[in-house]
Amino acid sequence: MSKDSLAQPADVLRPRHVGAPIKRTEDPRLLTGNGEYTADRKPDRPLHIAFRRSEQPHARIVRIDTAAAQTAPGVVAVLTAEDVADDFKPVIPFSRMANYYATPTLPLASGKVRYVGEAIVAVIATSRYLAEDAVELIEIEFEPLGAVSRSETAVAVDAPLLHEEAGTNVLIAREFRKGDVEADLKGAAVRVGGRFEMTRKAPLAMEPRSYTAEYDARRGAITLYTSSNIPGIVRDAISESLGLPGSRLRVVAPDVGGSFGSKGSLYPEELLICIAARKLGRSLKWTADRLEDVSSSSQAFAEIVDAEMGFDANGIAIALQADVLGDVGAYSIYPWTCGLEPVQVVSFLPGPYKIRSYRGAVRGVATCKPPTGPYRGVGRPISTFVTERLMDLGAKALGLDPIEIRRRNLVRAGEFPYRIASGIIWDKTGFVECLDAAGEAAGYEKLRVRQAEARKDGRLFGIGIASYAELTGIGSRIAVAPGMPINTGSETAKISIDSTGAITAAFGVASHGQGLETTLAQIIADDLGASFEDIRVIQGDSDAVPMSTGTYASRSAVLGGGAAKRASALLRDKIKRVASYLLEANHDDIELSGGKATVIGTDRAVTFRQVAKAVYSDMKTLPAEAREELSASYTYDPINGTTAAATHIVAVEVDPATCFVKIHKYVVAEDCGQIINPMIVDGQVHGGVAQGIGAALFEELVYDEDAQLLSASLVDYMIPSAPDIPDMDVVHIESQSAVAGGFRGMGEGGTIGAPAAIANAIADALSPYDIDVNLLPMNPQRIFGLIEQAKLKAKENPK
Amino acid sequence: MTINVSVMVNGTRHDVSDVEPRLLLSDFLRDTLGLTGTHVGCEHGVCGACTVLMDGHSIRSCLTLAVQAAGAEITTVEGLGTPEALNVLQTQFREHHGLQCGFCTPGMLMTGEDLLRNYPLATDEEIREGLSGNLCRCTGYQNIVAAIRSAAALRRENV
Ligand code: FES
Ligand code: FES
Repeated sequence: MSKDSLAQPADVLRPRHVGAPIKRTEDPRLLTGNGEYTADRKPDRPLHIAFRRSEQPHARIVRIDTAAAQTAPGVVAVLTAEDVADDFKPVIPFSRMANYYATPTLPLASGKVRYVGEAIVAVIATSRYLAEDAVELIEIEFEPLGAVSRSETAVAVDAPLLHEEAGTNVLIAREFRKGDVEADLKGAAVRVGGRFEMTRKAPLAMEPRSYTAEYDARRGAITLYTSSNIPGIVRDAISESLGLPGSRLRVVAPDVGGSFGSKGSLYPEELLICIAARKLGRSLKWTADRLEDVSSSSQAFAEIVDAEMGFDANGIAIALQADVLGDVGAYSIYPWTCGLEPVQVVSFLPGPYKIRSYRGAVRGVATCKPPTGPYRGVGRPISTFVTERLMDLGAKALGLDPIEIRRRNLVRAGEFPYRIASGIIWDKTGFVECLDAAGEAAGYEKLRVRQAEARKDGRLFGIGIASYAELTGIGSRIAVAPGMPINTGSETAKISIDSTGAITAAFGVASHGQGLETTLAQIIADDLGASFEDIRVIQGDSDAVPMSTGTYASRSAVLGGGAAKRASALLRDKIKRVASYLLEANHDDIELSGGKATVIGTDRAVTFRQVAKAVYSDMKTLPAEAREELSASYTYDPINGTTAAATHIVAVEVDPATCFVKIHKYVVAEDCGQIINPMIVDGQVHGGVAQGIGAALFEELVYDEDAQLLSASLVDYMIPSAPDIPDMDVVHIESQSAVAGGFRGMGEGGTIGAPAAIANAIADALSPYDIDVNLLPMNPQRIFGLIEQAKLKAKENPK
Repeated sequence: MTINVSVMVNGTRHDVSDVEPRLLLSDFLRDTLGLTGTHVGCEHGVCGACTVLMDGHSIRSCLTLAVQAAGAEITTVEGLGTPEALNVLQTQFREHHGLQCGFCTPGMLMTGEDLLRNYPLATDEEIREGLSGNLCRCTGYQNIVAAIRSAAALRRENV
């Protein structure tokens, strides 16, 4: 949709900020080393924490000897679970889901350990170096209880139980059903299926998790600086756990070096650092080293999906069934629960398609690994991988082109809102438009010609497509995580003009790279008629707004943006009221733009600064009753949320000698509604796709049979570097959504589409060998193995 | 045992008398001198976030001891432009949206400065190869490559 057709006549006259590639407000400080990340805080004489972590996957703690550590140089305190037992209440990741067992979050392992890397003892010393020295002196006697390293073995009858009180390792079980899948599958012209798997992955933000607790002795108050994207949730949880009211506990997420979900849950170390700060009356610092970060931050995916899809003779998908086994790790994470990732897989398996009947069953089982938690895309990278593989298998069986089979099954323009078989409702979005636009931008026909030529030369060239839809900016009608009681459906904006005319806009959302300081200010500049440079955005501070949760689930443009629009409208009205006094004009004849109120069609104007002065500093100009504070606050709830969608097309080539995958072309056509800042949107797509490429080709947390992590460094856990990532073409379909501003969330999509598209492309490249790609990452070892097997099979059964 | 370290950092001389031999240069810059622009992402030499220039060459400050820097000239990100007056490369990063969370950025900039000084950077492959020791999890590298490409072009114009 072209933007001109949407603009109101008055809008055309003044420069609009929304939709423009405005340079980021954040950049000057971040480019010059003037950012302030949590580890950069410099509180007064801080103490430093180092943790002794478990090297055992599953063991009873028999004895902890900290005597030598206590007397080591620089050590101020050594804390075990016993020492802090009376200082907090456990934090429970509650959910109304049936068949769910909530494991408590504790600051330190108590009684037993359940994964390698779990924190057992905290040593607090005058420097991190000395704290780490003392950690070496701690002796712990363990009684091993048997490692549970894989989800398949965790469900065995004789498997050791991680949480004996649960009576099972299955922490969550759920099933979705619509229609008669069995009958539809029986009646299908073609049935395709298989066992699909995505291994465990680390979100791996470049900034490791980091916390600084600053103690204010005068008030017995703590300010926790945390590298978190949910500072509001952390504040509420710690407040409850420690019995500290919000007036004595402030939680701030300053500059945060990426999260992708790994900083989007409450962590034991956040509890511990606040407990210790209060206990010792001192400010404390802790930053994870990379080993700690990889082995104790929340992890992602780790699901096995047995799935089958049935098509009629015309290529219409009529039935889908799937059994998902999720390896959720040792604990259910707060607040999202261990259901977040695997349940989302079954919720989104039908994808953007009109599939008549569906059965999706999920079990999340405990293993001796760190908990899984939110990771960019949550559940949908896998659901999309499975569904898009099934679509391609169906196309192959029916002799249809992959684009054609998708076109026949996507929800079309006239059919929205559409409730898919798992119950999710898609509002009007350009599904088919994205498919067409991606095909066109990729030069799909030409790519197929290029492929035919490459094949003639014996080259393994493949083209992969993936279409998907996601739910973003979710309002109060749906819990972001299944059955979770926390309100994730609203966000507040509080905009004020002070006596100098400066504008401060406070939000509870918390940017960790998305550039919200810029995009939210763009919205306010337009809707308030302010000048962009005059607006300061405060976010990620629990003291800034009464209640908030944070930035996750592609919600901040929709919820934060919506709140910004509504609060701007309220404040605009107040400014107009004052201006109409000052200009002696009718309220309706006044227009606000560029930080000025002007009588339309004249050059009579007052600046916001003059308005502020009249309200606050001047006793004469306005009658007392007109001197209302220039501030407005609005809590916005989009109720349902809104859909975002995309199609990815990728062309790859597999080197038959090295089995490396080279990406020749990557195209994304996406619909995120009204774009606030196209430069930032493209950046989000690039980054998301890069992570999806990592998930598709290299990234894997390898745990051995003893549940020991074998890939805990950046040498062994490979994330993409610059030569691994191609240039991408991004095409935007801007179909306006129904929420305020017409925005849709878009920070996660890249990671959702890329693994599926690449899997399909590799399968297409390897089709001369008749190889099926059903496990990601497809690293060179795996591709080599598949090709060797295929060659062997061909030798055994010559055609 | 502690050692005296005298080092030039961003043109200012620092004489620090009580440096432990095991102190990493990254911690020395961040904690002793308070220059927190240099970031630490892995402490094992892979991510490149801690990259600084030592006598004009990019090094990993997490793999260098502070005592090794004695007598050297160090440039950190704080030694490039200021928020009011970004240098050429910083400006191109901003123009091309070459940063999101900004955590890898100081290392990217210091590596970029080294690349711009020492290599022709005629192709994107060369730029990507030059950046292969610096990890960024946010940008997908495309806009970082664009920023360096354009800084290299400006440098060619100005020669
Ligand atoms: S911190 Fe030095 S390379 Fe990662
Ligand atoms: S901008 Fe976040 S890691 Fe590069």
